[in-house]
Amino acid sequence: MSITHDFIQEKLNNQFGDKILSWEESYGMLSATVQHDHNLKVLTFLHDEPSLGFQFLTDITGVHYPDKKGEEIAVVYHVHNLKENVRLRLKIFVPIEKPDVFTATGLFSGANWMERETYDFFGVNFIGHPDLRRVLNVDEMDYFPLRKEYPLEDQTRIDKDDEMFGR
Amino acid sequence: MARPVRFNLIEKSSADRGINQVQLPEGHMGEGFFATSLDKVVGLARKNSMWPLPFATSCCGIEFMATMGSHYDLSRFGSERVGFSPRQCDLLMVMGTIAKKMGPVLRQVYLQMAEPRWVIAVGACASSGGIFDTYSVLQGIDQIIPVDVYVPGCPPRPEAIIDGVLKIQDLVQDESLRRRNGDQYKALLEGYGIQ
Repeated sequence: MSITHDFIQEKLNNQFGDKILSWEESYGMLSATVQHDHNLKVLTFLHDEPSLGFQFLTDITGVHYPDKKGEEIAVVYHVHNLKENVRLRLKIFVPIEKPDVFTATGLFSGANWMERETYDFFGVNFIGHPDLRRVLNVDEMDYFPLRKEYPLEDQTRIDKDDEMFGR
Repeated sequence: MARPVRFNLIEKSSADRGINQVQLPEGHMGEGFFATSLDKVVGLARKNSMWPLPFATSCCGIEFMATMGSHYDLSRFGSERVGFSPRQCDLLMVMGTIAKKMGPVLRQVYLQMAEPRWVIAVGACASSGGIFDTYSVLQGIDQIIPVDVYVPGCPPRPEAIIDGVLKIQDLVQDESLRRRNGDQYKALLEGYGIQ
């Protein structure tokens, strides 16, 4: 029996009720927006419930929406039911002033580096992460580069020489 | 019937066979002796036996492989022996984009090389960051180590890389033996925080 989108929606709505904020289906992939402090509970349910069985974490990433006041940072989880080959996208939104999210490392060991990467680029603070350090950028970096809060080009830069590179 | 391959049948002079010999440096020659300055002899020896250390991180490295290959053949210029230990080499060839995270690694490689050492930055990325005008890429390796010759191009053709090596050879040939002990050179290294 293949898991239909209606079945997933029904299961999650029954279990979590109004903690599931909205549903969306784009390009054939179901996407749920969850209240931000319920991310781990929903992931655990998707993982442990035998009829759902989303036991593979494909990816964690972040998105910055500068215009959404109070929910600027989105954290997106992609989970996969390998047996039925069904994928599900899970989104949570947190304010940029306090981007605290519960870690999924207890559930998926692979979440470790994914969360470090999300921290590295978006500054999401994963509560309970065993080793929340930068993973791709230099350790000395004191900003989160993929946040949309920087001008495209800084005209005051001095690391490019006007004379040689025609800036 | 004539042999189809006629090599070695007729003895040719070395110039006819396309073998170039290094020119003698300036000096005084008489019967049984040749006198010149030590600088010139050392420069001659160093120039024609450079050991390059390729530090290839991207497409310029592919061009370097073509340069080392039989078609362009960098070994014609005495740079045949590519070493992969910085301690053995005297020419650091940086080819490709150096991310900021790679910066300390490159610097460490440079520090491990023994004096005298030369550095050539091959391609736009190594010289200036190139098209990667971004937070994660070092905007030219001369931010962390001194560079002797820059080869422009994205990527440069093998001819350009050879031209860069020849420019290095000119520097090596004419370098004073005292340069590496001089105040100016020490100040240069000091500027990069290298003792």
